[in-house]
This record gives sequence, structure tokens and C-alpha cells, in this order.
Amino acid sequence: MLRRHPTLKHVLGRAGWYFITFLVAVTINFFLPRLGDANPVDAIMARAGGNLDASSAREKEDAYLREFGLVETDDQGKVIRENGIPVKTPLVTQFVSYLGMSLTGDLGTSILQYPKPVGEIISNALPWTLTLQLPTIVLGWLIGNLLGALAAYKRGVFDRALYPLALLASAIPAFCVGILMVYVFGIKLEWFPAVGGYDPGQVPEVSWAFLSSAAYYYVLPFLSIFLIVVGGQAIGMRSMCIYELGTDYIKYAKLLGIRENKILLYTFRNAMLPQLTGLALALGAMVGGALITEMIFSYPGLGMAILTAIQGNDYPVITGCTLLVTVTVLLANFVVDILVGLLDPRIRVAQGGSK
Amino acid sequence: MELVKGLFKLPAFLIGLVLFVGTLLFAFVAPWFFTIDTVNRVGGAYMPPSGEHWLGTDHMGIDMVSMLVKGLRASLYVGFLAGTVATVVGTLIGVYGGYKGGLLDDILTVATNLFLVIPTLIVLILLSSSMDEGRSLTLISLIIGCTTWTWSARAVRAQSSSLRARDHVALARINGFSTLEIVLLHILPYLLSYIFMVFILQTATAILSEASISMLGLGPYDSISLGKILNEAIRNEALTGGAWWAFMPAMGLVTVIAFSLYVINTAMEGVFNPRLRK
Repeated sequence: MLRRHPTLKHVLGRAGWYFITFLVAVTINFFLPRLGDANPVDAIMARAGGNLDASSAREKEDAYLREFGLVETDDQGKVIRENGIPVKTPLVTQFVSYLGMSLTGDLGTSILQYPKPVGEIISNALPWTLTLQLPTIVLGWLIGNLLGALAAYKRGVFDRALYPLALLASAIPAFCVGILMVYVFGIKLEWFPAVGGYDPGQVPEVSWAFLSSAAYYYVLPFLSIFLIVVGGQAIGMRSMCIYELGTDYIKYAKLLGIRENKILLYTFRNAMLPQLTGLALALGAMVGGALITEMIFSYPGLGMAILTAIQGNDYPVITGCTLLVTVTVLLANFVVDILVGLLDPRIRVAQGGSK
Repeated sequence: MELVKGLFKLPAFLIGLVLFVGTLLFAFVAPWFFTIDTVNRVGGAYMPPSGEHWLGTDHMGIDMVSMLVKGLRASLYVGFLAGTVATVVGTLIGVYGGYKGGLLDDILTVATNLFLVIPTLIVLILLSSSMDEGRSLTLISLIIGCTTWTWSARAVRAQSSSLRARDHVALARINGFSTLEIVLLHILPYLLSYIFMVFILQTATAILSEASISMLGLGPYDSISLGKILNEAIRNEALTGGAWWAFMPAMGLVTVIAFSLYVINTAMEGVFNPRLRK
């Protein structure tokens, strides 16, 4: 069946590959934070233990140890102790249960905000990150490509003005743009609110007052991500287009007397394909860059969640967020892989598919 | 040699070079004229720039010029060390895979592609947050180098596998040169300019990566770095307090380094890649 459906075969093949990548990412996510010998329960106990007597402290410690699956328990769910020291679950066993939990979407419990599940913290932060990043990156990608293509086609003054600007915009680190925006437009000029996701007097809900305040707070973080994406994409598209415009098939088409507009269409279509891959890479890179942008703006998204977690050594939240970011990036790459496979005739042929 | 001469005629390349040498001069020559002291307080918190302290003081009352010189040195150190590690690892894997092929190449390619899609910053966050005490500047550089080599491996691999099909390599093979000789004499020389460009980009990436994780509060414990200056400034309300001298110069330096390296790279690409020469 698969032989007759090369596209399906391609999709399944890529899906399998990305699933393996996912497993590797989960493994990294599990083992890297456990390289050090910091024990999350010690961290909580250090914070909470001061005002507890010995027996209730132990009771509490047992509860935490069970909760995080760090120790062996007997049939009644009591922590097994040898000479008063809890028997640790082997790392491999912990890993297997972590793998199972990850696959079912259970990310564990926060240490800092115990007993809040990590899933809840993330689902509160995720909508903010998504509304900030997706439209910004897609819009920046579209406009950046348009500008890059124009610069390549027109050359001259337009190109000479745009190119250095785009180069600068793409080379300025994301956090510098963010800090600059906060300082200039938020604090000096006071045009827009400097930090936060919405007016402190508001509660997140679907109402005109809340949405308009959220939109007002959206402007600066939006701009700081947008500018960088536009710059990077414009440069990529410009050099792709210059290259395509110099190829033999375009020269031949010109000699044949094909209309300029049609030639441009061909050029852009061919220059677009690598840029599509660029979109996936931009998504991947921007997730990291936008984390820091969020942090600078104290925007209530994943970036802030990770920052709070890092400051409080809240490992379950850190790994939960990083896992989610990785999965998002993997999904974006997967979708682009499939799209490129469908759009690029060369790759389509390489898959042995329809001509 | 002709190409190198052409390079020095490009205004973009010259601008990049001047900017980069400028930062180097600031890091290593400025101490001849300023007293560099990042330990003792010289005044109150966030004192504005004055004749005595050209860029004022930070939240602790420490001279900002001294902080910047130390921070810039640390950032350059990270860039150089991490850039070297990433370029060497990437080149070794890329050249081997591209020239040799075979099972090991397949495995390496899969591994490269795998780590290419897993976001580097995430791995950096996970690794740095697991090491609370031992996060030295050198360790951070090594970690950055070990997480960013992937794309240079992919780029170098593509180049060396196209070289493999060239006539002069085939001739060398027929004449009984060993693999090592072919790689050293007939492949690497052609890749040299390319590898140098990769190194420049890796250096820029490493400096930005260090600044990023330091901004998140995962910076080195044993050193001042540009990212750490920014992190401290934000944490101690330099932004809201309007103390621009506490963060603008550090930001400017990071940007100038990254920008100059990118410009140098783009200019070199234009010269060494004949397809773009026009």
C-alpha cells in the first residue's frame, strides 16, 4: 500500500524520525537536570522545614518523596527506609515512569507552587506565548520576505538603504531590542506600558476592557520580536533572489522574451522554498529568543514561567517548559518538512512520487 | 591572495573589521589608561557618568568602565573558546562524514540533524540549571561549544562531500594517497576560507548564547560578563530608574561584536562564494 502512496510513505517516515527525536529530547530533558546531585525535596524541605517539628517534617518529606517518585514505596504507599534513609528508586525506573508520564502529557508537580501541577502553570502561560509569537513570527516572515525580494529586484537606492538596516536588525540580539524598547518607548517617552501583559487592575477574561489593555501592552514586545524576524528574513530572501535572478533558466526566459512579471513569479517561487525552511528555523530560534524578550517585558508567558522556575530551582516546571518548547519546535519542523516535500518538485521526485 | 586583497577593498568588510578591532582595543588597551577595579566601591549606586567615572557606577557603586572591560574580556573568551570547540568538532565530523561516507557518516548525520532541531537554548538552560555551583566561565564556554557545533558540521559536510567528487581528489586517490593525506592536502585547503567563516559565525553565536543564558540568571559564578551586567542592571531596576549607563554600553558592546562579526562573514561570503559575486 505504501508503495502506491509515496506521499503517505514520506509523511510516515518523517513522523517516525521526529518521534525518535522526541524520545531523545525527553531523555535529555530527564537526565540533564539530574546530572547534579540537587534533590528537589531537599530544596522544598529547606524552605518549609524551619517551622516544623521532627515527626511532621518527616511526614511531609515522605509525601514529597512519594509525589516526585524518588523513592521506593511498599504496598500501603509508605516510604521504605533503611536506617532512617529513604531507599532511592533507581534512575532508570524513574526514567521509565517519566517517559510514560510525558507520553500521556502528565508533567508532574511544581515544587515552588506545590501542589500545583506543572500542566496548569503551563496552560496558564501558553496562550500568552502563542498570541505573542505566532502572529509576530508569521507576519514578520511575510513582510521580511517581501522586502528582501523587492530589494533584490530593485537594487539601487532601496537596496542600499534596506540592506544595512536589515543586517543590523538581524544582528542585534533579541534582548537588546527588548531592553531598548522598554527604555525608550516605555520609560522615557511613556508611549506604551513598559512591563507586564495587561493592566494590573484587570483580571484575564473576555471583556473589552481587558482585551484592549492586553492589546496596549502587546505593542512593545510585538515590535521587538517583529523587527528581528523581518531583518533576518529580508536578508535571506534578498540573497536567495539575487542568486535565482542570475541563474541560467532566468536568463533563458529573458531571452525568450517572457514578460517580466512572469519571470519574477518564477524567481520568487523558487526563492521562497528555502525561506519556508527558514520559517521553521525562525520558529525554533525565536522560541529561545522570545523567552528572553518575555522575561524583559515581564510578559506572563512561558519565558516568565521558566525564569521564575530557574530562580526557585523548580525543576519540574523547568523541564516541563523546556519539553513543551522542544515539542513545539519539533512540530513546526515536521510541518515544514511535509510542506516542502509537497511543494518542491525536486524533493517530490526524489521521493519517487508523482511528477 | 587576489581574493584576500579584494576583501580589503570592500567597505562592508572594513567597517566590520574596524568595529571588531575597536572592541578588542577596548578590552585590552583601555586598561592602560583606566584603572580597572571591579572589587571596590568608588561611589554611590547608579552614579551618572562624570569626568572621573566616564560611564558612572552600577547598583553596587562599582565603576562601570571597569565592569565593561572585564565583561567584554569574558565575552570574547567565551566566543573564542566556544567558537573554536564548535568549529573543530563540526569540521572533524563534517569532513569525515562528507569524505568517507558509510555507516559512521549515517549515524553522525542522524545525530547532527537530531540535535539541530532540539533548541540549543533549551539544552543550555537544562545543563546550566543542573550545575548550581560549578558554573565557571570555561565550563559555560565548553557547554556552548558542545551544543552549537551541529550546523557547522552540516555545512562543512555538504562542502566536503561536493569536493569529494572533484577530479583532483579522484586523481589523488588513484595515485595512492592515503585518506589522511587527501583530507589534509586536497580537501582542507579548499575548505579553509569556509571553515574560517564558520568560525566567525560560531564565535558570534557563542557570545550571544552566553549573554542569553546570563540574562536568564544562569551566568558564570566566577566572572563578570556582558550578559551578567545586563541581568544585574535589570534585576536592580536600572531600567525603571533611568540609569541608562548601567545597561546601554553593555548592550552596545554585545551588538557591536555580533554585528561586526556578521558583517565580516557576509563580506567574506560575497568574495569567496563566486555564485554571490556580482
